[in-house]
Amino acid sequence: MTSFVSALLHPGSAPPSDISAATRDRFDVYRNNVAVSLTEALETAFPVVRSLVGDTFFKAMAGVFLRCHLPGDPRLALYGREMPAFLETFAPAKDLPYLPDIARLEQALRESYHAADAVPLDPAKLMALTEEDLLETSLIFAPATRLRRSKWPIHSICKARGDTTLKPQMTAETVLITRPGYDPRMTLIAPKNAGLVDALYRGQPLGQAASTHPEADLSDVLGILLGQGAVTILDRKANE
Amino acid sequence: MLDTLRKTLPNQAGIGFKSQHFQDLLDDPGPVAWLEIHAENYMGDGGRPLAQLRELRARFPISVHGVGLSIGGENPLDRDHLARLKHLCTWLEPESFSEHLAWSTHDTGYLNDLLPLPYNEETLTRVASHIDQVQETLGRRMLLENPSSYLSFDSSTLSETEFLKELTSRTGCGLLLDVNNVFISAANLETEPQAYIDAFPTDSVGEIHLGGHDEDEASTPRLLIDSHAKPVADPVWDLLSYTLTQTGPAPLLIEWDTDVPPFAVLRNEAARAEVALTA
Repeated sequence: MTSFVSALLHPGSAPPSDISAATRDRFDVYRNNVAVSLTEALETAFPVVRSLVGDTFFKAMAGVFLRCHLPGDPRLALYGREMPAFLETFAPAKDLPYLPDIARLEQALRESYHAADAVPLDPAKLMALTEEDLLETSLIFAPATRLRRSKWPIHSICKARGDTTLKPQMTAETVLITRPGYDPRMTLIAPKNAGLVDALYRGQPLGQAASTHPEADLSDVLGILLGQGAVTILDRKANE
Repeated sequence: MLDTLRKTLPNQAGIGFKSQHFQDLLDDPGPVAWLEIHAENYMGDGGRPLAQLRELRARFPISVHGVGLSIGGENPLDRDHLARLKHLCTWLEPESFSEHLAWSTHDTGYLNDLLPLPYNEETLTRVASHIDQVQETLGRRMLLENPSSYLSFDSSTLSETEFLKELTSRTGCGLLLDVNNVFISAANLETEPQAYIDAFPTDSVGEIHLGGHDEDEASTPRLLIDSHAKPVADPVWDLLSYTLTQTGPAPLLIEWDTDVPPFAVLRNEAARAEVALTA
């Protein structure tokens, strides 16, 4: 089977010798099925990357990617985790330096879609805390919540989806991904609040995070996080 | 170990479930009496796929059809994947579990295609032990599906039907007879589809698959591709009628996986299957 796999992944190489002479040409059907089906899985996973580079480029790139990175197991929803790192070093894409971060954002959207369900935090629970308790509390984020920060305008590029008439300004952007129902939603975080959201996402208590990010507006940030259902529970272990 | 008391699929038409048909199925499934899902699409932690499946489970008999276990592979079965299948079958309690006589995983990873294997004593022993392992792990009898073939191996010493028959007697597994695959393989390997059905161990059939195929116009000799991208072809319906005279009534599935049409089209295919069953 090792020779079968090797022949599958190397177009132009000889089919495995065990195949009956009359049917040797038919080996190409399997070659084609493997390449086409895995390319389609990547197209499903990275629609924005695809729209940015165009269909022909994406297919050629997928052909190179899949020969370096086959799926680790049959769950195709997970296929493509190596894509951002692959794009970092894929020379033909070097003119689109934001591409790896776009792939990271799409990967996060996909993870969010399949993440475990969770009940969002009732804002009343936060309101019920004394100010002292509130500052020592950390937020536990829902399994479907993701945060992606980039030095590129990943949110604007993603929203434009390859529409070349829209020219995103080349500024850093931070995107919060939440899943209020079953569809992941992207929220652009204002630059002044990005550091605070990041600190909270990493589990810092509210007080500590707010004091290291005086530029940010804590009540705005809590409004966004709770409004989007990004948080499930409060962690007050530090307090007990 | 094998379950005789478990509920089984009805001898009626079913369709392969696609998420875009979810609401149609809840509103009015018409002749669609049961659903088949691809196991690997329901191995996430949550979200819409599992939510839809929980709701469908409450209303339809369900068949779990694995596409990635690589039962025909040279390597030991992936225990993690088997554990995921067990988890799915435990909470879902499907009426049926089936997989393919094929392989898809080797040392370098998962190839996402149903790849062929030679039929001989060595592969028979290996596949039988894999089926034993699946049935023991899942605590249920499984069905094994005949593949669509594009080529043959010099090292095969058994016909496909002999191979399948021997597997059923060694493991007690049942068979999923894909009539479209029989038609495709017969065209590609220049054999007679009815002769294949005649030689098939029809007593073991627990489910029948029907799907569309494509013809590669550029190829001589004739080459049919198992695409699941169009309606079931007329000669495949004819072969189904012949098959049903051998098997008797069986759960009949319409598969459509690529360029999936509106539900109404699948409903019509299911209605045609229902007619074939009652003819």
